[in-house]
Amino acid sequence: MEEQISKIKRVAIEEASKATSAKELDEVKVKYLGKKGELTAILRGMGSLSPEERPVIGSKVNEAREQIERLIKEREEEFAKQELERKLQEEKIDITLPSTKVKRGSKHPLNRIIEEVEDLFVSMGYDVVTGPELETDEYCFERLNLPKGHPARDMQDSFYITSEYLLRTQTSAVQARTMMANTEKTPIRVICPGKTYRRDDDATHSHQFSQVEGLVVDKNISLADLKGTLEVFVRKLLGENLQLRFRPSYFPFTEPSYEVDVSCFKCGGKGCNLCKQTGWIEVLGSGIVHPNVLKMGGYDPEIYSGFAFGTGLDRIAMFKYGITDIRLLYQNDVRFLNQFDRLDR
Amino acid sequence: MKLSTNFVKDYVDIDVDVKTLAEDMTRVGNEYDEAGKLVNATKLVVGEVKECEMHPDSDHLHICKVDVGNEILNIVCGAPNVRKGLKVIVALDGAELPGGTIKRGVIRGQESNGMLCSMLELGIEHKYVDEADKTGIHEFPADAPVGADAIEYMQMQDDVIDFDLTANRGDLLSILGMAYEIGAIYDKKVRDIDLKYSEIDDDITNSFKVEVNTENCSIFLAKAVKDIQIGESPTFIKNRLIASGIRPINNVVDISNYVMLETGQPLHFYDLDTLKGKIEVRMAKNGEKLITLDNVERTLSDEDIVISDGERAIGLAGVMGGLDTEITENTKNVLIESAIFNGVKVRKTSKAILRSEASSRFEKGLDPNRTYMAMSRACKLLQEYAAGKVLKGMAKYDNENLENREIEISFEKINNVLGMDIPKKDVLDVFRRLAFEVIINGNKIDYTETEEELKNVEKIIVSVPRRRGDISIKEDLIEEVGRIYGVDNIVGRLPEMLLKEGSYDKVYRGIRNKMVDLGLNETLSYILVNDKEAKYFTKDDTELVSLLDPMTEERNTLRHSILPSLLKIYEYNKARNNKDVSIFEIGKTFYKKDEEYGEKNKLAVLATGEFYLGVGAKKQVDFYILKGITEEIMDYLGYAGRYSIVIKENQMPEELHPGQSALISVNNDIIGIIGRIHPLLAKEAVYVMEIDLDKLLDKKVGKMKYKEISRFPSVKKDLAVVVDKKVLSADVATLIKKAGGSSLTKIELFDVYTGKGIEENKKSIAYSLTFEKMDRTLTDDEINEILNKIIEILEKKIGAELRK
Repeated sequence: MEEQISKIKRVAIEEASKATSAKELDEVKVKYLGKKGELTAILRGMGSLSPEERPVIGSKVNEAREQIERLIKEREEEFAKQELERKLQEEKIDITLPSTKVKRGSKHPLNRIIEEVEDLFVSMGYDVVTGPELETDEYCFERLNLPKGHPARDMQDSFYITSEYLLRTQTSAVQARTMMANTEKTPIRVICPGKTYRRDDDATHSHQFSQVEGLVVDKNISLADLKGTLEVFVRKLLGENLQLRFRPSYFPFTEPSYEVDVSCFKCGGKGCNLCKQTGWIEVLGSGIVHPNVLKMGGYDPEIYSGFAFGTGLDRIAMFKYGITDIRLLYQNDVRFLNQFDRLDR
Repeated sequence: MKLSTNFVKDYVDIDVDVKTLAEDMTRVGNEYDEAGKLVNATKLVVGEVKECEMHPDSDHLHICKVDVGNEILNIVCGAPNVRKGLKVIVALDGAELPGGTIKRGVIRGQESNGMLCSMLELGIEHKYVDEADKTGIHEFPADAPVGADAIEYMQMQDDVIDFDLTANRGDLLSILGMAYEIGAIYDKKVRDIDLKYSEIDDDITNSFKVEVNTENCSIFLAKAVKDIQIGESPTFIKNRLIASGIRPINNVVDISNYVMLETGQPLHFYDLDTLKGKIEVRMAKNGEKLITLDNVERTLSDEDIVISDGERAIGLAGVMGGLDTEITENTKNVLIESAIFNGVKVRKTSKAILRSEASSRFEKGLDPNRTYMAMSRACKLLQEYAAGKVLKGMAKYDNENLENREIEISFEKINNVLGMDIPKKDVLDVFRRLAFEVIINGNKIDYTETEEELKNVEKIIVSVPRRRGDISIKEDLIEEVGRIYGVDNIVGRLPEMLLKEGSYDKVYRGIRNKMVDLGLNETLSYILVNDKEAKYFTKDDTELVSLLDPMTEERNTLRHSILPSLLKIYEYNKARNNKDVSIFEIGKTFYKKDEEYGEKNKLAVLATGEFYLGVGAKKQVDFYILKGITEEIMDYLGYAGRYSIVIKENQMPEELHPGQSALISVNNDIIGIIGRIHPLLAKEAVYVMEIDLDKLLDKKVGKMKYKEISRFPSVKKDLAVVVDKKVLSADVATLIKKAGGSSLTKIELFDVYTGKGIEENKKSIAYSLTFEKMDRTLTDDEINEILNKIIEILEKKIGAELRK
């Protein structure tokens, strides 16, 4: 009996070792360990043994069974591994085939600039405000110290709707609205981006264009505060290390008034065709809020002072993205629009 | 303003070249367009044509032998007026002219060693040159010295700067004003103007009266000059006028312009013999007529200031004189008018008739001291260059204040506004350079004060001459200090203000981001469209808003909807073969209602061609893609479950396909439209959507909150029913939802089928239904019970049959 067990064990181990596939191995398993298997048959025949022999033979059978099972398990894992390998090989793909695209939309370049400007100023505590584009003469001009008949009105040829209503020529119109709306007369820090309109249309001017206006009103606001603020603004938008130059100018709603030139970001100030060999590019109009404007807005100019600035965003967008014709911004060719679909780092 | 540097050098010394002067002027706020020589040419000499023969191979060319002083040159010339003995301008070999370089060469076989020139070839504008120059070459007088430098001989060696001045600096529309400005920059003194002339014994006031009957004339001076001789102006006057952009006419007219250039004060000369012993300044009567000197009959209104001779209008004040009283070649006696008229009125009148050098000076404001100065200067020049005899006395009206304007300011205020720390002495020095007087403690200072002596001085009074009409308040003086002292040294800093978070409209930003996420390109279009398109895509009961004075008829009206603008963009792209266009825009639309103007913010979408649906999937745009975009944005904004896409008869815009369009409704309020553009407007399948954002965002949405989810698994069942073709899927879904009760948590349509196996006029609709309970897993029996109830109701209400 014992001999028979060890023979079964030997043959079973040999067969299991020789099996060349998971299927053959399974057959071995059934042949020896299955319900009708040879080892199982021995266990079943144990009834005829003496009570002394039973535990001895029982343990021998179990020992043989364990050994065979262990081997079969090892070999099963081996085959599973081989099978996985085969399958992985089979699933190999050509990674150089074209990708399946996810189409991104895009934001209009002018609105990208506006969002950038908004984020910058919001981080400095400014509120972004808006105002009507169909504006009254009162807010667009009169409250900005430009009474009717003022010669400076010629600086901006306007689209009038009636003698009182017009399409706003400048986002500065929002200055007066902001001051009026602040009934508490607390300090003001706002920017106003938006569309503006003038009777002008050529390669560098569009009758519709975009501006951003900034207004700060508080006690002790000076030209130095304006300069510092504009340095942050210009450097963020057009490049670090740029220098600013304040050139005296005239706007009826600020006094003193300055046009702000920035050192040419193309040539670094040496002189090139972009800056017309001057090394400087005009980017902003600015100044200290005129006392009449403060007064009309309900702020006492003896106590409060402020600065205001404004810039044309179309030109900034053209500089920033290297666009040479302003009309591209308004034609909305999808081949143009599609280019503004990435994170601009 | 074109500045002749020769002219301004009469009054101030300039030690720098023209480019430097232009740049330095720019630094103090006076920008320029161009700076350079009046005649930008080299190697030009006076020559004499010694021989002149026809070219053998040409019907218009001449072969000339020209004496240029040191040699005789062979030159081929095509001018019709070239002839033997003529003194001419010769451009020698290598001469640089505005049009290019002159080189020795051969013209039709004949040697040519230079060019005979017209003034046009020297860069002088057409309007300034003689008739000979217009068709041929310039003709010098017979006494011109052969071999001399031609530019020097013509006294045209001048530098000119064309300034683009700001509207407040009317004072710089004069040579004297420029001299003060240049003097301030370089710290030079301005020389006095020569006003000396003699008078004869006749007194004009005996025979002539001035009467002003309107508040729109503050000063009116009149003086007479007799026995003038009209002729050509001296060369320097002609050249300075040309350099300044004014055409020389004759000595008398030229003098009135010359004095205007010098002093900034426009003058008007009348033929004294055509007047009736009186001048009256008054407002015109409505409908009053006047023939102006351009021989046009003008109909005047009570907004125009007129000069009258007591009986009729003889001139439009500050704008244009009358034909009857103008200076002619036969004029002997002249009445000079030097006056100041209300700039706003002059501006209005001149806008309708003619903007001139004179009217622009009135508009920007004048110094009444110069009104007197110009009068004297004109008398002096008429005496000197037109042999005039100046009459004694002056008929006048003067309601002007000639005094300086005194403004008090503190050193502290100046430094506070500029954010600088300028020494007091340097502040005073700015005013000295500007030739302003400064009063400290009631005394005019002589600018010798030291910083130590100024230690206790807080406030000063600055006495500003009337010529600087732009300076009236403290801030104007601060600007002057900043201009002349310079602000380059200001150290920038950020305002010291309360720290707080800034704010912006996050909803609009969110909408924009969402649309970009959906794969749409954002556009930015013009709000101005034509009056026909402006109404498109709305059934608005409001009026259109249109421009008083449009630039083109294509852009004369403000849009009611963004869609006409997007339609234009679609057409633009189509013309460029860009077939796939999926665009959106957030912008304003405009209307007029009950005489009030208003704006609406809208979101518009247009899509055509292929649309990308997430990763890799592409589909031809149809109604349902637009519907999907609409639902996506509505859900994103928190309106899920509150909106529906509905059809309302008679409310659909005509520009949409009647069978493929609908309205977007939130809580039964229409907030937008969706549909295909009518084939008559767009042949291809173009779909659009537009939402009135103001109306939509007015509908409040609660904060985002977590809703409890079931801990038990859900069960999915499919249900396909056959219904009449006309039945709307939304109605079926509504019935299912009602019958399904609270355990039915989701209804998804996944198939609509017509064709084989389905009766004509019927369709099969298949839904995937999800059942779920908060407290347990539903059993099959429970679900079947619900399904049976659904089927029963569908059968009863719409005659649906379960599809087998």
